[in-house]
Amino acid sequence: MEISLTVNGEKHTVDVPPNTLLVYLLREVLNLTGTHIGCDTSSCGACTVIMNGKAVKSCTVFAFQADGAEIITVEGLAKNGELHPVQEGFMEKHGLQCGFCTPGMLVLAYELVNTEEDLSEEKLRKALKGNLCRCTGYQKIVEAIQYAKEKV
Amino acid sequence: MIPATFECYRPKTVDEALSLISQYKDEAKVLAGGQSLIPMMKLRFARYPVIIDIGGLDELRFIKEEDGKIKIGALTKHREVEKSELISSKIPVLSYCASEIADIQVRNMGTIGGSLAHADPSADFPPVMLVLEADVVAKSQNGERTISVKDLFVSVFETSLKEDELLTEVQIPIPDNNMKFGYKKFPHPATGFAVVNCAVGLKMNGNTVEDIRVAFGGMTTSPYRDYELEEKLKGKELNDSLIEEVSDSIGEGKDIISDYYADADYRKHVAKTFFKRLANELRGS
Amino acid sequence: MGVVGQPVKRKEDRRLITGYGEFLEDIKLPGMLYAVFVRSPLAHGKIVSIDTSEAENYPGVVAVFTAKDLEGKVNDNPVAWIVPDSNQADVKRPLLARDKVRFMGEPVAVVIAESRQAAYDAAELVYVDYEDLPAVVQADEAVKDGAPLVHEHVPNNIALKWHVKGGDVEKAFSEADRIIKQRIHIHRAAPVPLEPRGAVAKYNPGKDKLTVWVTTQNAHIHRFLLSVILNEPEHKIRVITPDVGGGFGAKIPVYIEEAVVSFAAMQLKRPVKWVETRSEHFVSSIHGRDFIGELEFAVKNDGKILGIRGKNYGNLGAYYSTISPGCVTVLHGLILPGTYDIQAFDYEMYGVFTNTAPTDADRGAGRPEALFFLERMVDIIAQELGLDPVEVRKKNLLPPGENIKTVTGLVYDSADYQKAMNKALEIADYEGLRKQQEELRKECRYIGIGVVSHIDICGFAPSKVVGAVGLQAGQWESAIVRVHPTGKVTIVSGASPHGQGSDTTYSQIVSDILGIPIEDIELVYGDTDAVQMGWGTYGSRGAATGGTAVAKAAKKVFEKAKMLAAHFLETEEENLEFKDGVFIRKDNPEKKITIQDVALQANVAWNLPEGVEPGLEAEVFYDPSNFTYPFGTHICVVEVDPETGQVDFLKYLAVDDAGNILNPLLADGQVQGGIVHGIGHSMYEAIVYSEDGQLLTGSFNEYALPKAHLVPHIENHYTITPSNVNELGVKGIGEAGAIAAQVCVANAIIDALKPFGIKHLDSPYTPARIWKAIQEAKQNGGNA
Repeated sequence: MEISLTVNGEKHTVDVPPNTLLVYLLREVLNLTGTHIGCDTSSCGACTVIMNGKAVKSCTVFAFQADGAEIITVEGLAKNGELHPVQEGFMEKHGLQCGFCTPGMLVLAYELVNTEEDLSEEKLRKALKGNLCRCTGYQKIVEAIQYAKEKV
Repeated sequence: MIPATFECYRPKTVDEALSLISQYKDEAKVLAGGQSLIPMMKLRFARYPVIIDIGGLDELRFIKEEDGKIKIGALTKHREVEKSELISSKIPVLSYCASEIADIQVRNMGTIGGSLAHADPSADFPPVMLVLEADVVAKSQNGERTISVKDLFVSVFETSLKEDELLTEVQIPIPDNNMKFGYKKFPHPATGFAVVNCAVGLKMNGNTVEDIRVAFGGMTTSPYRDYELEEKLKGKELNDSLIEEVSDSIGEGKDIISDYYADADYRKHVAKTFFKRLANELRGS
Repeated sequence: MGVVGQPVKRKEDRRLITGYGEFLEDIKLPGMLYAVFVRSPLAHGKIVSIDTSEAENYPGVVAVFTAKDLEGKVNDNPVAWIVPDSNQADVKRPLLARDKVRFMGEPVAVVIAESRQAAYDAAELVYVDYEDLPAVVQADEAVKDGAPLVHEHVPNNIALKWHVKGGDVEKAFSEADRIIKQRIHIHRAAPVPLEPRGAVAKYNPGKDKLTVWVTTQNAHIHRFLLSVILNEPEHKIRVITPDVGGGFGAKIPVYIEEAVVSFAAMQLKRPVKWVETRSEHFVSSIHGRDFIGELEFAVKNDGKILGIRGKNYGNLGAYYSTISPGCVTVLHGLILPGTYDIQAFDYEMYGVFTNTAPTDADRGAGRPEALFFLERMVDIIAQELGLDPVEVRKKNLLPPGENIKTVTGLVYDSADYQKAMNKALEIADYEGLRKQQEELRKECRYIGIGVVSHIDICGFAPSKVVGAVGLQAGQWESAIVRVHPTGKVTIVSGASPHGQGSDTTYSQIVSDILGIPIEDIELVYGDTDAVQMGWGTYGSRGAATGGTAVAKAAKKVFEKAKMLAAHFLETEEENLEFKDGVFIRKDNPEKKITIQDVALQANVAWNLPEGVEPGLEAEVFYDPSNFTYPFGTHICVVEVDPETGQVDFLKYLAVDDAGNILNPLLADGQVQGGIVHGIGHSMYEAIVYSEDGQLLTGSFNEYALPKAHLVPHIENHYTITPSNVNELGVKGIGEAGAIAAQVCVANAIIDALKPFGIKHLDSPYTPARIWKAIQEAKQNGGNA
């Protein structure tokens, strides 16, 4: 199937079989390996990307569903070498350890700081339901996103 | 994992979709948001020769008020239901229910029509739709019909939709202002799906129950309205002992789901507890 | 002021937050093939036949291997811990199941194909005929006469039995006022790093060189064991660790899949990649815990514990994993007396085979189980004697001091358990909490307070000690500190961080010693061709052992730099002052030289003192004299809804003492992550097998890794009692949180249930189990 999509501002037209998941299109066809795969049940959120302004799990989206879409991956968050506030936040507040879940966390955080007004700890913890982290215990991720919210 | 190979069609109109559905019948599966279907395909628990992706049918993406009803297009995302001002002003329990579904990413992709057609006994919408007495619109090349939600769920992942029908719309009568609704879920910590969920609608006249609707999910192979329970309460004066007394029958005589995480006794007990708590909250005690 | 001890931001972060981390799954080599394993659906069965023909003919399939294809070409996967005096049964694991499958998920065949898709498709076409055999899944069932035998030559499925005895046990038990007994099952869970396991193997026949990229915590151990399995000389194997997405013990073992992929690459002379799915992870990566303890404590009526007697059945699963015999024995039993002054000890530890996936180190490896038994028992003792649990703890805590010899023969490096406990009690207002609990009970609200005094064995380890207890490896650590001509520094360490932030902490250490900014320093690790021998990262050894090696190497470099500086400044070393990276003549401060210039001169070697070798680098192999023993007190407060059994957190407070802290930001992160791991294991995470050995929790749909909204905000505090083992005074902090939290939460929940007359409840503390326990207690006459 021929699919056209914009990823991090760059247009691509690719031909992939229908059963190609968006995450494989990104990782294996476009070589954007920042988006990770941590499970096979749409649970962990490591594969989260922004599709038309919304965070989605790219392992649970067929590539053809992204036909015509604007995608932002973790590689597209920083602009001209300048980190996005969510990236700064994760660095400042030690919001990552092994870094495997981090791309998904960052991309979700990107939607949250852009769209949600209330990022109290309680709200934020609920908003993170779709993203698993084994290293941090989440507390510093919460602090990182709150830091970013202040900055945007 | 990678789903087994399939052929894919992406109709641009509902008519085109209906023609494909009628052509491929049980060979085909309709893909809406895919948040339930794709995980099953990835694990190869489900495989289909043909996928009909209706995600491009923008005509099925709307939330509007018409004829005293809130009408929601089947492809409306959970997140749109959750954030809709129209819905939160007219049927706040529905906004709350939508906000309880899975997680933000799933709510950004998952659709209300997809969820109802998937008929997961542990999903969030069914009990709430049951107490709201919602209908769904099913279209086929032969026309369209309205199915009451209470007649929709047949069993696990099984609905009364015919194989050439497409669920296109959900219609929810805007409830009487005096009827109050509540929803509680005991979420499985892994999935957020309901181990047990319960929705109650209650209309009081002084201390007397004028109308009551109670529905449960997670208990049996299909979410259900508990009409027997409702009948025991209608027209009665609502007090603690009555609530206690009627709740004893919840789940009795039914084949309740039992697994290592929560056995039938526990599920029944939680259902009772949720019912009692909701009844108390809604009567304002 | 130096940078050690400062909350320095991590150097690792930039690549990881911009999407440029390089994880195993990101590796793509020309001509690379994909491997998918065909796994047993049965827990126990005879393999009658395997038909691979259809799979072999599937388009894109290059090869299908079964045990037959491996015969005579490879060796079985050996175990790396042979516990002395334990009668440890000789069981090695075949790379692919031979004749028999022994747990659900055991690989029977591997399909190698041009694409992932083809490999998955064809794996479904390998047909295996099994003859079903009865299975046994629980350790205390497996040891019974007549239980199905996992390995025919291992009677009663007892793989090993290790006995530790110290002090006058008979006297302790005869002098006791009470003997308090309890059976405790700490249920099976799993380490579950977010990155699944994987390996990519490439073989160059011209060089006879095998390169294996693998998600591991210890590249050199992999090289060593792969060499044994594959009959490939060690110097012909290069193991490379890419960025590793968490380990928690799951990436210590050498897994058969890694060896099979290596074998396939050598056979096919093409690179082969395997990355497990999460579902595969649950059936075939190691699990942890699953100990059944039968404990007896001899106590006086005032709460003084005189002695411990008991035994434990540790479930090993169907085969040994790399270090699992040590997890159920040495790493478990010796620390059981914990922070308490207990003078008599008699404990038998059984390692038991069952038809389940192998267990091994799971963030703590034997020690969480010990602390769980101990701290549960202390609470039970308090309840039995009508004493406050904190009072019982205080009565038994060892006094502050150094080199405290315990009844099991350990020597605690430095201790001030009271200080940590008092600090925790004070900050939490323990008295106030108890009053609040009392008040709320009157309103039929049930809050529970869990207090634990924890201790961990860390800083692995004195090699001769671990050798004496059977580990088939050393546990020293190595470091090279290399100053390049431009004054930039490469640290080469045998440790292998995978989230701990050692690039940052090691750079902090070197920066303070050499006066070189940390951004000019970088850590190289996890590549056996680039890194001298070393043992990896686990057992909270990264800072205490790896870090100390780095400090020692940096000091050696400094000594040489100073000697050279004196030479270049034409003076004596005693006449030099060193400040901010500059050597200055005390008698003539105009005359100075930067360490960078010294490095340049050392490297060009145009003017070195007679007999001095060029270059500015040093290598150290550091073998610690003792383990380190971090400790602390955690307090957890929960409220239990007696109607549903649901648990709400009201407070979680941790006072940890890991000696000196290299980086407080990272220390908080380690403790918080550990605590949530412990909470997960206590309440949400459970590996559950049906009686016939079917895994019921085979994906993230069933196995609940804790989510952000399911865990509390954690308050971190510290006391500092430096270790006397190493010059940094550090102890290690990777596992303490997990060890303390699992039982702390258990104690809090069971404390809340005390009014119902509940004394003990086995984990996991799911609402259904809590509710059931309350119902049963009510039926048995418990009030509330």
